[in-house]
Amino acid sequence: MTPPPTQPAAGRAEAERAVVPRLATDALTAWYGSTSGVRDVTLACRENTVTALIGPSGCGKSTLLRSLNRMHELVPGTRVTGRVLLDGYDIYERDVNPIQVRRRIGMVFQRPTPFPTMTIAENVSAGLAIGPRVSRTERADIVEHALKRAALWDEVKDRLDDSPLELSGGQQQRLCVARTVAPEPEVILLDEPTAALDPGGAAHIEELVQELKREFTVVIVTHNLQQAARVSDYTAFFYLGELVEVGATTKIFTTPTKPQTEAYITGRFG
Amino acid sequence: MHGRLIRRLFGSVMTGATYGAALLAILPLAIILAMLLVKGAGSLDWNFFTKSAVPVGEAGGGFAHAIVGTLIIVGLACAVGVPIGVAVGIFLAEFGGGQLGFVIRFIADVLNGVPSIVIGIFAWTWLVKPMGHFSALAGGVALGMILVPILARTTEEMVRLVPNSLREAALALGYQRWRTSLQVVVRSATAGIVTGVLVAVARVAGETAPLLFTALGNQFFSTRVQGPMAALPLQVYAYALGPYDEWHRQAWAGALVLIMLVLVLSLVARAVVRGKRQHA
Repeated sequence: MTPPPTQPAAGRAEAERAVVPRLATDALTAWYGSTSGVRDVTLACRENTVTALIGPSGCGKSTLLRSLNRMHELVPGTRVTGRVLLDGYDIYERDVNPIQVRRRIGMVFQRPTPFPTMTIAENVSAGLAIGPRVSRTERADIVEHALKRAALWDEVKDRLDDSPLELSGGQQQRLCVARTVAPEPEVILLDEPTAALDPGGAAHIEELVQELKREFTVVIVTHNLQQAARVSDYTAFFYLGELVEVGATTKIFTTPTKPQTEAYITGRFG
Repeated sequence: MHGRLIRRLFGSVMTGATYGAALLAILPLAIILAMLLVKGAGSLDWNFFTKSAVPVGEAGGGFAHAIVGTLIIVGLACAVGVPIGVAVGIFLAEFGGGQLGFVIRFIADVLNGVPSIVIGIFAWTWLVKPMGHFSALAGGVALGMILVPILARTTEEMVRLVPNSLREAALALGYQRWRTSLQVVVRSATAGIVTGVLVAVARVAGETAPLLFTALGNQFFSTRVQGPMAALPLQVYAYALGPYDEWHRQAWAGALVLIMLVLVLSLVARAVVRGKRQHA
């Protein structure tokens, strides 16, 4: 893959306009056999922002998310048309290895998925096992750094060699965040990361999202409108497999332009 | 009121019936165990475990050669059958979605249904005859061949039980397919696979028919795998058919030891599962 184009040292506003978005889709359609889960989506996610994908169940937002790191194609009979541009380069090009894509675009799922046979520390460093070799001390540093970024270090620093299954659901989910950030991806995809957590655990994750966007570009799928309003900078509303409207979160939630968007965020359906 | 009474009565009757059925199912096991204990426990002494067979009429003598023989033959069977069976099972669970998986699954099921004596004849034809003599090795291979299809199916079941979310989590981290399968999925299924192996081994340890034309049996203590070797089921078979009362007593004791061996293996298998559950 090509490295991201370097930025001209222009004024900030101009640079922002000129910048190639970190992650963008271009007429992306994700198929299940001959039916499409989500159609013709063109969307751009800027660096160090949080983009929320919202919409009623079955609107295709999770399908879209899974197309962004080539997880969608793992289900037999699925395919994707259109483009997904990571730093301006299509991750669906022939010469692109999906393994490499997934190393650069991390993902956290709805249910916490710690690897049960590994210790807490091993879970965090699991993604490093496949990269270049790192020494034992380097690895320990990376684990500590990742756990700190996931706001979990203080809770687990004395039991790094314990099973992750002894942690609470919220802690397990933060462990999964640590595991995702440890290999230093560029983009982090969150697929309803708080849906299986209690309110306290969910609040922790939301705070975490704010921290994550300092270093990463974040895309989050959520069913919780308040959550989208709280954590995201941009919001994209999906309905029946189509992107209805996308814009700054404050605008979507205060003055949406499309009637469906307004109906959804005011709770009239979905 | 009336309807409720009938409903409760019906419930009690059906509960009673299921208890009855459960009792009926374990009754044979209880009777066999009791029978073996009554007839065999008396002959179990130190000599039984330390001495080999002695000529008829001489006092003492035991089953040491048969016990060691069974351990060796079953060990050989594991060496042959466990790696192949487990590997096939992993393949079926992780990559067996297509035509090839269907064919292999079908073959394993057919092989599972083949009478064990046929496996014995097969091993006789391909190992005993070319080698020119009976051997523990041929016996081990025959038992190993019985292990393969059992293990293939149980391993497949166990690997399939691993939630797909774990598989996806590993793939999303950038794991390759094979690495996901081996380092995450199969590792998570280890306890189940080990249990399957123990149960399957317990099953083949008691097999007699495949050993008749392969390991043959031996009245003397031998650890030479190229030659005939005694085994518990063979020795029980030979002694039970013999004309001497002493032999009959020892056959009962041998059967008791054999069933205890199987019981212990099953208990270990249970313990493995339980240990894993507590961990999980």
